[in-house]
Amino acid sequence: MSQRVKTPKIPLDRRRTTFQEVAQTITPEEARQEAERCLQCKNPPCVKGCPVGVPIPEFIAQVARGDFGKAAETILAKNALPAVCGRVCPQESQCEGVCIRGVKAEPLAIGMLERFVAQFAPEQSGPGEPVPELRGKKVAVIGSGPAGLTAAADLAKAGMQVTVFESLHAAGGVLRYGIPEFRLPKAILEAEIEAIKALGVEIKLNTLVGKTVTLDDLRAQGYQAFFIASGAGLPSFLEIPGENLNGVYSANEFLTRVNLMRAYESKVSGTPVRVGKRVAVFGAGNVAMDAARTALRLGAEDVRIVYRRSRAEMPARLEEIENAEEEGVKFELLVSPVEFVGDERGWVKAVVLQKMELTEPGPDGRRRPVPIEGSEYTLPIDTAIIAIGQSPNPILFQSIPELQLGPKGNVVVDAEGRTNIPDVWAGGDAATGAATVIQAMGAGRTAARSIINYLSTEV
Amino acid sequence: MFEIVDKELLAPGIYRILVKAPLVAAKAAPGHFVIVQAIEDGERIPLTIVSAQDDCIELIFQVMGVSTALLAELEPPAKLPALLGPLGIAPEVSPGEGTVLCVAGGVGAAPILPRARDYHQKGRKVVTILGARSKELLLLVDRLQEVSSELHICTDDGSAGHHGFVTDLIPEVSRRHKIEEVLAIGPLPMMAAVCKITKQLSLPTTVSLNALMVDGTGMCGACRVAVGGETKFTCVDGPEFDGHLVDFTGLANRLCQYREYEQTAYDGYRKERGECQCLNG
Repeated sequence: MSQRVKTPKIPLDRRRTTFQEVAQTITPEEARQEAERCLQCKNPPCVKGCPVGVPIPEFIAQVARGDFGKAAETILAKNALPAVCGRVCPQESQCEGVCIRGVKAEPLAIGMLERFVAQFAPEQSGPGEPVPELRGKKVAVIGSGPAGLTAAADLAKAGMQVTVFESLHAAGGVLRYGIPEFRLPKAILEAEIEAIKALGVEIKLNTLVGKTVTLDDLRAQGYQAFFIASGAGLPSFLEIPGENLNGVYSANEFLTRVNLMRAYESKVSGTPVRVGKRVAVFGAGNVAMDAARTALRLGAEDVRIVYRRSRAEMPARLEEIENAEEEGVKFELLVSPVEFVGDERGWVKAVVLQKMELTEPGPDGRRRPVPIEGSEYTLPIDTAIIAIGQSPNPILFQSIPELQLGPKGNVVVDAEGRTNIPDVWAGGDAATGAATVIQAMGAGRTAARSIINYLSTEV
Repeated sequence: MFEIVDKELLAPGIYRILVKAPLVAAKAAPGHFVIVQAIEDGERIPLTIVSAQDDCIELIFQVMGVSTALLAELEPPAKLPALLGPLGIAPEVSPGEGTVLCVAGGVGAAPILPRARDYHQKGRKVVTILGARSKELLLLVDRLQEVSSELHICTDDGSAGHHGFVTDLIPEVSRRHKIEEVLAIGPLPMMAAVCKITKQLSLPTTVSLNALMVDGTGMCGACRVAVGGETKFTCVDGPEFDGHLVDFTGLANRLCQYREYEQTAYDGYRKERGECQCLNG
């Protein structure tokens, strides 16, 4: 049996200076060869490992036969954003993580195959099979990120009139403002959004639900169901001294300046971003890796991931950690920031770090970091990027006082994504706190199914 | 797209535009602001809603750099590619008797007008001190006069009214009136100076902060400011805060973050246009 296909990447010496996509698409020959490795399990664990339930063995078999267009249709029936997912899903902890081929050899490269197949998606898929009793019913989706787009596509396919409300001036949510060009090119995102619009979904930009319009306004306009997919747009800070110094960014701000506002193109009229020579990124998730690699590309000389646990606990996708390391990002592990030190002009010039050690695994199986007394040292930096997580943005929730929220400010939902308000569903990071793109998409799918049920039977 | 239906030069480098934005106009309350973009991919600029008129909102801005210069280039019926709002918290004004002292400096006259009008309409007595560098930069004098029982003018150069700063007039005004609260809006050093005096006089004081912003929805934290030792986001927790608790030094520092970049960009822009745009109509 042949080896798992390797991810083709652009040459390492160029990666530090370009925002061009790092991973490249495999060739048709490589795709067919890789697809041949699939065991075509009778009871495929990979499908269960996929939050949106893509029929993986089916599309893989179609790839093996060279029927790429059919494979694309197979994926699209379950996943409205295949080109995005092929690029940003943490496959190693989902489909590929449970692949039987992976027991004795390397798992099948499902993500790479999905990404390959996505290029054969039909230009315009048009509306799906409408459910007659749903025709013309209006549904509002709040937020145009992965959860919102997925739900919108499913609802439109069922024949409903779907409007997605987006507060920013461009659609895509975290796929637009959060994930950098070198990991998810904007052109790929645009194409998938266009395909969703071709299903009949309307996207209203520059509309902040809760401020520009309220749910009651929309109810008065005839909207019969709402899906809240407003994401986790509230950055957490470290809450240590010196955090408001110049040069200290939240990862959200840093990445939004670069990705959404396109600061990397350095136009005279554009939004600025400033990256110094020595950058510390706090946190070790995907957002932290994105920020670190972005900082390198903007000219930083020394970029460090600062993380209070060890490498094994880093929550980022394996591929992103590898990419970051290959590109020269350094890892300052088992340390925690104590304070930022400023210069006389109010700019950050250093961070005081304290060494940590991990306890034995607790009842939850997690090893907790505890500080080592007297181990403080100073790391000179001129830029700090805080990527320790986000919580749900409360701006919409404040306009719906009756909406039940959990302890972390997240919307409380049941297994179907229903909130305590009969015509309101929620999903994605707004309900779970920061998680992955595909989990958000899974929640969008679940809520859409529940909304379809509700509108075809109860209203 | 949001059409500019009217435009007026109020003072050198300071414009008033009327923008068609029916949803925003319907929801706008005194104290709210919007974020606009003059061009696609341009910077997002926060501006206070000065008034809502039918399906339009009134905005006033001063040309400070490239982004505001690009905004000033637009002539009706040009359209803004992006406009988001109403943003921020619009403070509740309770009807009552107490006198409110409104202190405005420079372009601060624009954000203070809707608030002063609101106080006036709720039956409160409004005393206004309006200051500017010189007579030609005094804004909205007539409209502030309409909603104020007293309007005091001062200019740094003495070309109109009192020769000096707005702060010079506060002690005297507070002796003659029983001031219940103070609202100060203007450049940061002015607001800091007002707060210093009102603290001595034990007058509760609210300020409206003009921090740097990106999204305006609490997503990025660029606009954070320490208030009473706690970090607040100007866009969603403000823009108005208790002036006696605001860390003005920290905020002033953060406002300078891109100064070098802004200067270079603006020089480049003016060179490209072949003239100084800031003083042209």
